[in-house]
Amino acid sequence: MTGTRPTTIVACPDGPILVRGDAQIVDEDGKPVERRRATVALCRCGASAIKPYCDGTHKAIGFSAP
Amino acid sequence: MKLPHPRGPLSDAVITLVSSSPDAQTRIDEVARDAVDASTDLATDDDVQLALYVMNELAYRGFDGVDDDWEWDPELLRARRIVETAFEDALRRVVQVPSDVPPERSEVAAALFAMTAPAPGPSVARYVAKRATREQLDEFLVLRSIYQLKEADPHTWAIPRLTGGPKAALVEIQADEYGGGDPERMHCELFARTMRGAGLDADYGAYVERIPAITLAALNLMSLFGLHRRLRGATAGHLAAFEMTSSLPNRLYGDGFRRHGFDEGTTLYFDEHVEADAVHEQIAGRDLAGALAQQEPELCHDILFGAAACLYLDDLAGEHTLSAWTAGGSALRAIA
Ligand code: FES
Ligand SMILES: [Fe+2]
Ligand SMILES: [Fe+2]
Repeated sequence: MTGTRPTTIVACPDGPILVRGDAQIVDEDGKPVERRRATVALCRCGASAIKPYCDGTHKAIGFSAP
Repeated sequence: MKLPHPRGPLSDAVITLVSSSPDAQTRIDEVARDAVDASTDLATDDDVQLALYVMNELAYRGFDGVDDDWEWDPELLRARRIVETAFEDALRRVVQVPSDVPPERSEVAAALFAMTAPAPGPSVARYVAKRATREQLDEFLVLRSIYQLKEADPHTWAIPRLTGGPKAALVEIQADEYGGGDPERMHCELFARTMRGAGLDADYGAYVERIPAITLAALNLMSLFGLHRRLRGATAGHLAAFEMTSSLPNRLYGDGFRRHGFDEGTTLYFDEHVEADAVHEQIAGRDLAGALAQQEPELCHDILFGAAACLYLDDLAGEHTLSAWTAGGSALRAIA
């Protein structure tokens, strides 16, 4: 399976960035961030309480993506 | 699970019938017709909703001592159809569906996000976070248990009825609901863990007698959509609305349980949903519902109807719970 499908990154309109495939998510020190699912949503609005992941807060703050 | 006790003439007829052998030849369509005709509000009709719940449940896990052949018994299906038709007609009459949405992926997704935009004001989630007593937390779990212990199953019916991108999107979401193949992480199992953490019985259907009609109606709606290929668009819309109204409330539910000192294992179900449903809502909005509208434009209205019907019944169920709690009463059905 691995390698048959390229990793994809989708910027959702006014929402998070969806990552599919085996990209490794690391923090600013390069330490891997626990990844619990095949497709993850990275916070783009800055307001999530579970960064780097999105928790839906972008909707509550009316985030509009540049 | 055990067959529940009847709540009126129709549920009595259904429960009596399925307790016999499937060649019984008893007709119950007239009882069904009379029950829906006499009902002033199907969504809050205990007798009708329990009868429908029992008939639907035959397609999921069945009941102890009930012959599996009842699932496809023509008499029972005839009765189920009468109830389903009345329930669907009633919902189509009252539910407001946006009418000017073109069957395009991004337009449908935007319409769904607009319909589900977070609203200020009282909600079960805010109440649970800030005020709910220990007993009310139990009630909250009991109310949710009738769906959450088989979480995701009703929408899974739609998988073989979709093709291409929308099918892949639904599988992507459902795979996560089913724990990515890890039985311990299946969402229904995480919910069971939360119930056990609160000292409740996590066996499926253990509390069915305490579940009020409106909560059964919300589950029956998913089964109605899921069991009919014709309504595959409504299933997609329902799932999208469900996912879009999940992350933020689950944060608040988790807060309520933390406030009462519950451990991480017990709140894991809620914490998992904060993160998972922020992913699922994006997939459900665009790749499932939006893409399906584009692929099968004639389903566009049903996609939006499915979402609107989900929100309509969930609001009614939420009002039922909140008004009981704020009046100092129980949101559960009283039993003798
Ligand atoms: S993008 Fe969703 S919370 Fe920031
Ligand atoms: Fe879930
Ligand atoms: Fe989900």
